[in-house]
Amino acid sequence: MKQLKAFGAFWYDFVIGDDWQIAALIAIGLALTAVLTHVAKVNSWWLLPVVAFAAMAWSLHRVTSKSK
Amino acid sequence: MNALPLILTVFVACAVEAVEALTIILAAGITREWKSTFQGAAVALVVLAIVTAAIGPALTLVPLSGLRLVVGALLAIFGLQWLRKAVLRATGYKALHDEASAYLREVAAAQAATKRSRRGVGDWYAFTLAFKGVLLEGLEVVFIVLTFGASQKNIGAAVIGAAAAIVAVTITGIAVKAPLTKVPENWMKFAVGVMLTSFGTFWGAEGAGVRWPGDDAALLVLVPVVALFAAACIFWLRSRKVAVAAPDREPEVVA
Repeated sequence: MKQLKAFGAFWYDFVIGDDWQIAALIAIGLALTAVLTHVAKVNSWWLLPVVAFAAMAWSLHRVTSKSK
Repeated sequence: MNALPLILTVFVACAVEAVEALTIILAAGITREWKSTFQGAAVALVVLAIVTAAIGPALTLVPLSGLRLVVGALLAIFGLQWLRKAVLRATGYKALHDEASAYLREVAAAQAATKRSRRGVGDWYAFTLAFKGVLLEGLEVVFIVLTFGASQKNIGAAVIGAAAAIVAVTITGIAVKAPLTKVPENWMKFAVGVMLTSFGTFWGAEGAGVRWPGDDAALLVLVPVVALFAAACIFWLRSRKVAVAAPDREPEVVA
């Protein structure tokens, strides 16, 4: 059980890293892009870069506000 | 797409990981025993080769759009984490990764551990230290090689980039016989973060069904835009730090 937990923690740290909210926002951004493209027929190539930049800025803002 | 950007990106990303693995190997080899250290590193390389050989061909069978969606998401997340760390280090919010102090920490721990022979290995501590170091850093190399290679349907080019990085770092390490402290690791991480985020965003969106204006040429715009955004983040955090360090003071009233 302990080894299983350590294995899970390693992969969580490897893939998700220090801030899970970045991963969550990218997943949401991709889902929205797919919906806009396939359902609303909007070629939303701009959405994911915007989400990525927003996720990064939000993450940096939170971590640097905490460390003040 | 031309294979050169793929090879260069994988080369820089893998060089960063190889420098970190080299620090651990040097600490284990110099402090403990070279034979057990090389055995540990060799076993880790065999494990990594098996993982690559098992997953690599399987990835090429996955439909490209599904593969790019998953790989793009992973690379974008991975890239943003690298970029975030590089920005925080460049602005002093996080300590710079220092190979010299990392080396000294490993040396101190290696000197404190007792020598034990196990399973035909002369020094079990040196073996496991080298094995873990190479395996963990190597997993990141494998991840980058497979994701980039499979998404470009060119795993061979990605392997060339990774192999060249490992060979270059190994030769430099043998020549210097010390941790590579002069490597501008944070700026290399910054550059890799930019590339991973750009490629991840590009492939992820493509996998979700969008068509980029100019197709692959969109990357020529996306990469500098991501780099400029990250540079702007550094500027923003630095100016914010200065503002916190020197808060506005009420002007003194002269009587």
